[in-house]
Amino acid sequence: MNPVSNQIIKSSSPRKKRSGSFVERTLSNLVRKTERALFAEELAQTDGFLQRLDPRVKIIGLLMLIVDTTLARNFFTIFFIFAVALLLAFMSNIPIKTLAARAWLSALTFTGTIAVPVIFITPGDAVFRLPLLGWTIIAQGLTSAGYLISRVETTVTLSLLLILCTLWTQVLKGLRVLRVPVVFVVILGMTYRYIFVMLETAQNMFEARQARLIGKLDGSESRRIAAGSIGVLLTKSFQLNSEIYLAMQSRGFRGEVYSLDDFTMNKNDWLAFFAFLLIAVLAFWFGRQNSLESLLNFNF
Amino acid sequence: MHIPDGYLSPVTCAVLYAAAAPFWAIALNRVKRLLNTRLVPLLSVFAAFSFVIMMFNIPLPGGTTGHAVGVGIATIVLGPWGSMLAISVALLIQALFFGDGGITAFGANCFNMAIVGSLVAALVYRVVANRAEITSTRRVIAAALAGYAAINAAAFCASIEFGLQPLLFHDASGAPLYAPYPLSIAIPAMMIGHLTFAGLAELITAGGVVAYLQRSDPSLLKLTAPDAPNSEIAEKTGWFSTKPLWIGLAALMILTPLGLLAAGTAWGEWSAQDFANPSVREQIAAASHNQAPPSAPPEGLEKLAAVWTAPMPDYAPAFIGSQEFGYILSAMFGAGLIILVFLLIGWIVRKQSITEKNAPPESEII
Repeated sequence: MNPVSNQIIKSSSPRKKRSGSFVERTLSNLVRKTERALFAEELAQTDGFLQRLDPRVKIIGLLMLIVDTTLARNFFTIFFIFAVALLLAFMSNIPIKTLAARAWLSALTFTGTIAVPVIFITPGDAVFRLPLLGWTIIAQGLTSAGYLISRVETTVTLSLLLILCTLWTQVLKGLRVLRVPVVFVVILGMTYRYIFVMLETAQNMFEARQARLIGKLDGSESRRIAAGSIGVLLTKSFQLNSEIYLAMQSRGFRGEVYSLDDFTMNKNDWLAFFAFLLIAVLAFWFGRQNSLESLLNFNF
Repeated sequence: MHIPDGYLSPVTCAVLYAAAAPFWAIALNRVKRLLNTRLVPLLSVFAAFSFVIMMFNIPLPGGTTGHAVGVGIATIVLGPWGSMLAISVALLIQALFFGDGGITAFGANCFNMAIVGSLVAALVYRVVANRAEITSTRRVIAAALAGYAAINAAAFCASIEFGLQPLLFHDASGAPLYAPYPLSIAIPAMMIGHLTFAGLAELITAGGVVAYLQRSDPSLLKLTAPDAPNSEIAEKTGWFSTKPLWIGLAALMILTPLGLLAAGTAWGEWSAQDFANPSVREQIAAASHNQAPPSAPPEGLEKLAAVWTAPMPDYAPAFIGSQEFGYILSAMFGAGLIILVFLLIGWIVRKQSITEKNAPPESEII
């Protein structure tokens, strides 16, 4: 990891100012996005199991596990896949703190809030009555909330592993294997690059505004500023578009796009691929079993 | 609004991927034909733009802030097909590189926000703006409504997708496997949030940006409205652009005596005296699946009937002989009252905003 760039990112982040005006909040949103992308890029360049794998194996392998998680009809399978994800994170030197902060905690707050009422309102068998409120906990409700939360946590962990362990350029190349048309892959790649140009432009605009602000903005004025900034950004993106187009044309772009597929699969990649395949097939098969539930499921 | 993985069953996800695919294909074809070699840079830059404005905090009335998808403004500038592609690419980048929104649910997210959102926004904008001048207030209102309608249509689609899950997918004990709330809960829960707050963010973004572009760069609005007349003066259009609405209102007033053609009284709008009138009793029974009405008027109805007597009972003031004329007069009187009330509200609001502007702003006090 590069300590210098890390320091810069940290010191420039106005993350703590959550309660500020919309200008401050937008600014902190923009900074956080850039920060996250840079952090992912740094992690993807460190050494680890997933980082060393061929991106095609990684994308297909992790996608299979995500699909298995959504297909599973019992807790055992979901927990098994979660354990595999944790193992992968450990082997790839992904700090658990990062996973907890970026995936588990936010998914738990969001999905957890949504899942709470389910426990009480799902039709089914009563298990327990809350003494003070008089609400009844329903067995099926608990199971359902459990499914939702465990599924979301597992899939979020898996997709974060993909994001944190793969350079975005490699993800794009890997997408070619999944039969995504070249035009789309090129558009995706260019979009990703220009997102940072736009994020920086927006950040500069808001910083400039912030620097000239004293006191509080009233509602209608701040709405006018927000809409105006979006309008400026829109005009700028039109200008940027024509500049990019001219630049592309001058370099010989005639509408066709080519990509260089220079991946080579070595022995380890094939091994990992078959390991992923085996785990995915197993998880798929176990996931279809309802009978496992009586044995390994939570019995409420 | 970005549905994460795990909320929708794989079958639902597959269906929505399949539903989105033809739209992507058509959109890509259309946009390619229009732009040719310009397609790649234009879509990339606009997808990046859509991505960045999703990060913006839009200040809402009441001091809170919300996020907009930007589907309204993207549709107004790029047209529905371009917006569909740009927002889809932005959503894919969010899912693949930033972990916002699921990978299996990507098809669903695109279907709701990019496809349904763009089509609804385009329809509303075209209908409301019609051929109003590029710099008219009517275009601002049309844009705001388009953004608001688009995001609510997207939320409605999402709520139906959520609501179908417990119906279709549950385990042996009946516990829902995915999003657990039935339609009766999912729809109101999603819609209340979007009709109020989330919708407002989109409304403010679309309307505000169009108003900004009218002042700074009206040519950008011209792309999707090539038939709009050119005008340099924005103020001129305010009242005239509503002319067709006034004509429509007048036509409706003249047509009000059509109500006389309907036989009997409207179901449920009976007065206390109707229960004693044998011919009206027959009508009530016939309109209520032959269920005989109670012999005496309900006690509450009788009591409350005396509280308020209308100045124009049965839409015809007592002193007017012709019933048709009475109807038209009532319509004019009613519509006039409503317009008067709105003019009054407008006057009060304007007066207040003027006094607020005259007061020194807080920033200057410091």
